[in-house]
Amino acid sequence: MLFKIILFGPLIGALIAGLFGRRIGHKVSQIVTTGFLILSALLSWYAFVKVGFGHETFEINLFRWIDVGGFSANWALRIDTLTAVMLVVVNSVSALVHIYSWGYMKDDPGKSRFFSYLSYFTFAMLVLVTSNNFIQLFFGWEGVGVASYLLIGFWYKKPSANAAAIKAFVTNRVGDVGLALGIFTIYLVFGSVSFDTVFAHVGDKKDLVLPFLGMEFSAMELIAGLLFIGAMGKSAQFVLHVWLPDAMEGPTPVSALIHAATMVTAGVFLVCRAAPIYDAAPVVAGFITVLGAFTAFFAATIGLVQNDIKRVIAYSTCSQLGYMFFAAGLGAYNAAMFHLFTHAFFKALLFLCAGSVIHALHHEQDMRKMGGTFQLIPLTYILMIVGTLALTGVGIPGTSIGFAGFFSKDAIIEAAYAAGAGGHNAPAVFAFWAGLIAAGMTSFYSWRLIFMTFHGRYRGDPENLKHAHEAPNSMLIPLVLLGVGAVLAGGLLYSKFMGADMAAFWNGAFSGGEAHVADTAHGESAGGHHDFPTWVLWAPFVVTLSGFVLAYMMYIWRDGVVKRVNGKGGMLYNFLLNKWYIDELYEATILRATRWLGDVFWKIGDVKIIDGLGPNGFAAMAMVGGRKLSKFQSGYIFQYALIMLVGVAVLVGYVAMKAGG
Amino acid sequence: MFTGIPILSLITFIPLFGALALIGMSRLSKAEGKEQIEKNAPRVALVTTLAVFALSLLLVLNFDTTTSQHQFYEEMEWLGGGIKYRMGVDGISILFILLTAFLTPLCIVASAKSVKTRILEYMVAFLVLETLMIGVFCALDMVLFYLFFEAVLLPMFIIIGVWGGKDRVYAAYKFFLYTLLGSVLMLAAMLWLYHYSGTVGAPTTDIRELAKLDIPTGAQTWLWLAFFASFAVKMPMWPVHTWLPDAHVQAPTAGSVILAGILLKLGGYGLIRFSIPMFPDASLYFAPFVFWLSIIGIIYTSLVAYRQEDMKKLIAYSSVAHMGFVTMGIFAVNMQGMQGAIFQMISHGIVSGALFFAVGVIYDRMHTREIAFYGGIVKYMPMYAAVFMLFTMANVGLPGTSGFVGEILTMVGAYQVNPWIAVGAASGMVLSAVYALHLYREVIFGEVKNDKLEGIKDLTGREIFIMAPLVVMTILLGIYPSLVTDITAVSVEALLADFNAKIGN
Repeated sequence: MLFKIILFGPLIGALIAGLFGRRIGHKVSQIVTTGFLILSALLSWYAFVKVGFGHETFEINLFRWIDVGGFSANWALRIDTLTAVMLVVVNSVSALVHIYSWGYMKDDPGKSRFFSYLSYFTFAMLVLVTSNNFIQLFFGWEGVGVASYLLIGFWYKKPSANAAAIKAFVTNRVGDVGLALGIFTIYLVFGSVSFDTVFAHVGDKKDLVLPFLGMEFSAMELIAGLLFIGAMGKSAQFVLHVWLPDAMEGPTPVSALIHAATMVTAGVFLVCRAAPIYDAAPVVAGFITVLGAFTAFFAATIGLVQNDIKRVIAYSTCSQLGYMFFAAGLGAYNAAMFHLFTHAFFKALLFLCAGSVIHALHHEQDMRKMGGTFQLIPLTYILMIVGTLALTGVGIPGTSIGFAGFFSKDAIIEAAYAAGAGGHNAPAVFAFWAGLIAAGMTSFYSWRLIFMTFHGRYRGDPENLKHAHEAPNSMLIPLVLLGVGAVLAGGLLYSKFMGADMAAFWNGAFSGGEAHVADTAHGESAGGHHDFPTWVLWAPFVVTLSGFVLAYMMYIWRDGVVKRVNGKGGMLYNFLLNKWYIDELYEATILRATRWLGDVFWKIGDVKIIDGLGPNGFAAMAMVGGRKLSKFQSGYIFQYALIMLVGVAVLVGYVAMKAGG
Repeated sequence: MFTGIPILSLITFIPLFGALALIGMSRLSKAEGKEQIEKNAPRVALVTTLAVFALSLLLVLNFDTTTSQHQFYEEMEWLGGGIKYRMGVDGISILFILLTAFLTPLCIVASAKSVKTRILEYMVAFLVLETLMIGVFCALDMVLFYLFFEAVLLPMFIIIGVWGGKDRVYAAYKFFLYTLLGSVLMLAAMLWLYHYSGTVGAPTTDIRELAKLDIPTGAQTWLWLAFFASFAVKMPMWPVHTWLPDAHVQAPTAGSVILAGILLKLGGYGLIRFSIPMFPDASLYFAPFVFWLSIIGIIYTSLVAYRQEDMKKLIAYSSVAHMGFVTMGIFAVNMQGMQGAIFQMISHGIVSGALFFAVGVIYDRMHTREIAFYGGIVKYMPMYAAVFMLFTMANVGLPGTSGFVGEILTMVGAYQVNPWIAVGAASGMVLSAVYALHLYREVIFGEVKNDKLEGIKDLTGREIFIMAPLVVMTILLGIYPSLVTDITAVSVEALLADFNAKIGN
């Protein structure tokens, strides 16, 4: 019952607000959806304690879904520690975002619809994380995609919002094709799509080889690779990352909830959930490490020069997801999940603070038109600094004092170092250095954001400043709560996620439910604390500090420097500003080819070739033959009827007589 | 419950009696009474089709899902020489009867207001059409099947030809030409079959007996091709699909609904009823050929759909793509593929029917289907926008809607046979999102740029009455597809078992 309320509360809220929103009014819609979410969030924490600390797992079957010749999946709830962590993250952030939206969306005419979508999103996300099989996971996976589509395009009059919504959905669908094929392969190999059955038999199928598209693959590598394509789409990893920055067209609370804290982490969740498969797929795991590390680096470079406050944070999200992936690729699933957990709090905080700034400045998002606002919105300023300290992972190396990101991000970088220490794990070495450099860049762009937004001279429209004001309480309370999370989430739970208690805490969540977690291969060596050389412990600290100093020099101390640097390094600057020209590349190749092929198939294939040779050609021949087409046409129905009926009668009669006689 | 009652004949011919009653009343009454009858014709038609629907529902509820035998069997002497009037249903056919009986009353309701001329004749055409469609799915005799199968086209021609758009003659002509070729070949193959049955035993046209025949492999090839020619046109499969967009564009709304909802299923049903069980060796031999046609069809028509400027054409092309999943699933000849194909047909009947109704709603208001004409209508039609969104998502195959189940099952089925095919079909998942969301954005979202759209009215009570059952079925089948798959399972299992026995597996 507990879990059913957690899961279906948001759905009920969404349905009430969505179906009856106009009848019951915005106020009631808000109260109902938010009320259900707060309830779900509180119960989730209770469940988290029960599962994570009480070491229980739950499995609840609801009813049959698809059941065709062995391909079967039930609607079900499966709660282990991994799920419980996700429940807490999803419902907490969602509840706070619901509350925040009371203030942020105050004057929007589509409020009921907005809250309905938010709650529906939450439901789909919960279905995703509570699934006990791959098909239900796919339901949630695509369900959150639709919610994301609806919310990015929430302001449907804006052409840019509509374009961004479609881009998000279609890019995700590309990933979903991979996920679907992965599921088909799982069914082919295991004869089942249920997590328990599949994970229990990974050992038996380890050496199986499958032909796929003309090549031979190890079955586990193939499955791992295909599932990961899905993860790349949802979690905006390089190649399929293009939709995430554009998704910032949606209202800011949406960016915080969906495009920072929860939905985009679904890919990381998927890899951690399917950990037994990834353990058996070292090649793909190595690939994930490299791709994740590259994305961490790549997205950070773009973040360095963006001017839209939300886009900076969006690229930061992309980059941080890269960290989670390379941790997962290294087998440090607990570190990946730990960073997912802490990141949800501080990244939601950063987005909502950005929303508060935007709210104060009349929907201005361009940082070049901000500056000097810290006195006007002091609380937002302080909380944004808290979020920045958490994101950049500030803390005192070698001790347990620091902000949330200090524990989780450093754990990932250290895990990469540990895995690469022997010298035969090249991906890990790459990940370590890429992660370290990206950490420096993270610090630079984060502080650049703070300095450009809050410090220096105000550079925008003076009109906007006149009405600038601190956000209402409905927006500040969620910020404060998230701020508390950004400070404490790391230190308080470190021992559970990563430290001494982790075996009991995870309780086999990464090994298909068997309680022999954190064997030496994972956890201990990769995720656990080790005696690292002092320079490794201090390295993140040093690069983070350097990033801060550089940003300070460029944006506070000598703010003329920026222009000169931009002018001199023009090519590189433009390259980064234009996001490595990847959108342009896609437009020039895939998108243009799609339109071109569509036109060719239609206007040449269908009209010229098929119709030209077929019906029209036939008609032309008939005309040449001297018969007037119009005459032929006018009688067609009855001719046809006559031919058929008489023909049938005569032929059947004839054959019947012959056969009978 | 139905012992002693020829229930299938009743369901089949009640609409025909309704049609005859309408004609009779109109002929017999005087001039002033004619007008009255004209006005009441939709009501008579509605009552008739609702009765058929109620009986079909009872039929399904009384259907025994534990046996693959044909049920509610009826037999009468007819033409002699083994040709009898045989009716019966199994798990494969029964749901198509229900689908037909479900969609027809909705068509009647939709047409009652939007058809302005010769309403009585229009209703007669639809009632006759219903009889013929249900007849196809009930017929257990090859000759009877052929009669229904071909005769179905006549009322459809008339509906397009009389109540259609301005290029209706060209559309009907194209339709006719394609169909003619296939039909002649199929007829020849049927005669051969009948003759052959006489050489190994008593000559018969009983479909069940014919399925037991052991036809030489060489002959199977030719027979398979002859049947395929007819069914492929009906599906329609690439490259014999070009009649469909034209027919849809010219047909009135309800005509499109029936065309997409039921008539496109005749081809798939025929493949399952004839090609697979009667010509198993040839089916196996030609399976790769069908796969490639299906995949080309899915990708090609999805791309073409994306570039369309007419809403109905876009949905028509998307129908061709969706039918590609059906043929792919059937020729995977395994449980998921076959079940998925049947499910996909049922689901597509509901979803594409709903989409054509949805287009009809704004066509009735603005008298154009041009995509560029619209834009931003969510402002005035929020309820319509919500309903259209649901069906768009179902068309895209979103999990939780009926569209997902059919696609995923057919792909799972195909994947087991050949991963290439599943990969090709899966790319259709992306393309369907491209064209469907493109349509939605252009019509529903954005600013209202066209003054003529100012104040366009949201769904009326009548339209809600039509949409509501379609919405419910789309979601219900998406969440609990066992409603369908439990009914079809045993018959499909038996079909596959026979198939495998015949090809020696």
